[in-house]
Amino acid sequence: MSDTEKKTKININNVSFEYVDKKSKYEALKDISLEIKEGEFVCLLGSSGCGKSTLLSLLNGMNKATKGEIRVDEKLVSGPGIDRAVVFQHYSLFPWLTAKGNVLFGIKQNGKNYSKKQRLELADSYLESVGLSYAKDKYPAQLSGGMQQRVAVARALALESDILLFDEPFGAIDPKLRLELQELVSRLSVEKKKTVVFVTHDIDEAILLADRIVVMEPGKIRTIVDVDIPHPRKRDDLVGKKKYEELHKKLITSFYNHVEENIYEEVFL
Amino acid sequence: MNIKIINLLITGIGETFYMVVASTVISYILGIPLGVLVYATDKNGICQNSFVNRIVGLVINLVRSVPFLILLVAILPFTRAIVGTTIGSSASVVPLVVAATPFVARMVEASLKEVNHGVVEAAQAMGSTGWQIISKVLVPEAKPSLLVGMTIAFTTILGYSAMAGFVGGGGLGAIAVNYGYYRYQTKVMLITVALLVLIVQIFQEGGLKLASYIDKRIKR
Ligand SMILES: Nc1ncnc2c1ncn2[C@@H]1O[C@H](COP(=O)(O)OP(=O)(O)O)[C@@H](O)[C@H]1O
Ligand SMILES: [Mg+2]
Repeated sequence: MSDTEKKTKININNVSFEYVDKKSKYEALKDISLEIKEGEFVCLLGSSGCGKSTLLSLLNGMNKATKGEIRVDEKLVSGPGIDRAVVFQHYSLFPWLTAKGNVLFGIKQNGKNYSKKQRLELADSYLESVGLSYAKDKYPAQLSGGMQQRVAVARALALESDILLFDEPFGAIDPKLRLELQELVSRLSVEKKKTVVFVTHDIDEAILLADRIVVMEPGKIRTIVDVDIPHPRKRDDLVGKKKYEELHKKLITSFYNHVEENIYEEVFL
Repeated sequence: MNIKIINLLITGIGETFYMVVASTVISYILGIPLGVLVYATDKNGICQNSFVNRIVGLVINLVRSVPFLILLVAILPFTRAIVGTTIGSSASVVPLVVAATPFVARMVEASLKEVNHGVVEAAQAMGSTGWQIISKVLVPEAKPSLLVGMTIAFTTILGYSAMAGFVGGGGLGAIAVNYGYYRYQTKVMLITVALLVLIVQIFQEGGLKLASYIDKRIKR
């Protein structure tokens, strides 16, 4: 199936968002539009503070667009829902539940009314898919940061939604483990045919994962870059290839351009 | 020391236990929903409602700012209406509950506020309703802290119950007043004090042990 035939999964239509508190207003997003196809892996790439998390919070429904609208499967997003699973940057596992308990929580939320036996089997299989079967009875406090995020991924899969949303989930994880987790997410999202929106400020991460990279500047989309490299990708295969180097250069240029502008603004304005 | 006094002390212990345990339990039955209500309706809460929040907060602060001894006397008609009398340990339970419920509500609120917001957010993102968040996330997560709060509430109620002894409530407080204060029997007085200290110790140790036992977060 070619891209043009594919169904639109997420439609972001002229969306603006303002943070309002007692004293001030801050327009974090200004008139953003973006269409995401079914099964597509989109990375939102941009430096800190440019509104990536804000856009994700609108997709996830925790915040509501001040102007414009977001539609998923043509239905208006009006709040959080089980058609969109989220993996947060901070560790958000339930500390009083084991790894398996956390995954079971997701399964119970997914609205599919499985029998107890099915739920237990599914929990095991989701933990297995993230390579954590051996730690299923451990509590979050007993797991490393990387392992906790694996459980968070398993819990998100357990919702059995078509859409996965990630907000810099591996930012605080050491580089070697991060690579493992990136390859895991890449493999699982292809296998399970998920539509993914993945926030990152890491260019390499974006190239490894995305079909399309949406480069953001404060409040806006700066440019969109297609990544025409077949999945599954391995970092070792990518590095040194012409396509990869070109992409990398292109992204660095557009990424750092606006960082320089920011610095300029901060120093001179 | 004669057998009469020993019997008296045993009855006193029983009455104190009855008053304090009954008051703690009832205060929690009333205080948990109240604390959850204040927490949930607060700004940025899961069911924001500043009107409800302010009214409930005001009532809680009002009752809390009345000294217990005055409250005890002020609500005597209410006490009589409920238990039919104003003396004895059952009659003491009423003012104890009235005084302790707002206290418990604030303790519950504080425990819930300690819950990491990220965890609440994760539950919301998974489509949990307000009630599911309270029952499946907030209360389990705050359980150790709630238990610690309960031991503090128990101690406070025990202190109040001794005061109730002054105005005809039963228990060890009444014995301390009748024998130590009115009859100058220092020995009886000292024994009741020792017993009160012992009860506080047992409950505090027990509560804290239980709290750390069920706290999975620090289990390694
Ligand atoms: N709750 C909030 N209230 C006010 N301003 C906020 C809030 N959250 C984020 N912002 C501001 O909105 C902008 C975008 O934030 P965010 O979406 O978190 O950026 P990113 O995820 O790209 O780092 C930042 O300038 C930030 O300071
Ligand atoms: Mg962010």
